[in-house]
Amino acid sequence: MHIMEGFLPASHCVGWGLASLPFVGYGVRVVQKIIREKPQQRMLLGVATAFTFVLSALKMPSVTGSCSHPTGTGLGAILFGPVVMAPIGLVVLFFQALLLAHGGLTTLGANVFSMAIVGPFAAYGIFRLSENLGLSFGVSVFLAAALADLMTYVTTSIQLALAFPDPVGGFWGSFAKFAGIFAITQIPLAISEGLLTVVVFNALKKFNYQELREMKVMQGQEGRAQEVRA
Amino acid sequence: MKRYQNLLLLAAVVVLVVLPLMLVQKPEPAPGQKEVEIFTGADDQAKNLVSQIQPNYKPWFEPLLEPPSDEIASLLFSLQAALGAGFLGYWLGSSVTKAKAKRMS
Repeated sequence: MHIMEGFLPASHCVGWGLASLPFVGYGVRVVQKIIREKPQQRMLLGVATAFTFVLSALKMPSVTGSCSHPTGTGLGAILFGPVVMAPIGLVVLFFQALLLAHGGLTTLGANVFSMAIVGPFAAYGIFRLSENLGLSFGVSVFLAAALADLMTYVTTSIQLALAFPDPVGGFWGSFAKFAGIFAITQIPLAISEGLLTVVVFNALKKFNYQELREMKVMQGQEGRAQEVRA
Repeated sequence: MKRYQNLLLLAAVVVLVVLPLMLVQKPEPAPGQKEVEIFTGADDQAKNLVSQIQPNYKPWFEPLLEPPSDEIASLLFSLQAALGAGFLGYWLGSSVTKAKAKRMS
């Protein structure tokens, strides 16, 4: 999902940057508030950050014969709400843009928007929706993390198609081409990300049950059942 | 099932990573052409697609620092993963110990 340095017209860079700014700003305030008022949740904030660090560094092969990487943003979005992931994603993307020539400083706004804003909001929305539909906690986590990963790459395809519409097919023609590279490649990786997020949540349920209740991540049937047992 | 759930999930991830490596075959290079590369980065492919759609497009900014070689790039990527994995290990280890101490008391 990294749009390479210089590969978006300047006006698009500014536009995506401005679109991302309020989310990052608000996200920083929410993170500060968590650290100040709920110091017991600092560890989980670290877990969410660490998970994104690991997953976005892993370039995995896909059935299309190319490589890409998961994002790891679903976990934190489910735990803390989507906006917290905006500054965390920014840190990861900034590190990669500056030191690794992976992504770019000019395209940072666009990359933050796809990975650290659209992905987390998708994860949060899908998680809440699945829970309300009565799906089990594990299935909800899986769907949220996997589809958020996929939505990030769909967003990148939209961003590139907007900047570089196909001379013949226009926006949609171009979108189909970029999505062919990004979204199809991403499907098995998104499934992997969903599965790994479930593994981490299994551990969180075991060791940080109290925090999950406080943060209202666990409610519904399963939450109550575990409480009775406890 | 519940007991082995994590193991099964991790095994499924391994399968998802290994299967493409077995399924995708390297196509024979056309005579006189250089060898076809497989498992290149999707980001780079998108970059090439931009040049196809708009051959005149010139990237207007260059990366300030570029890893001098692929080895250095993979060093930095593994550093990023190691930082994350290190913290996850710390959290898991301290959680297990805490849970054990609670059971003992």
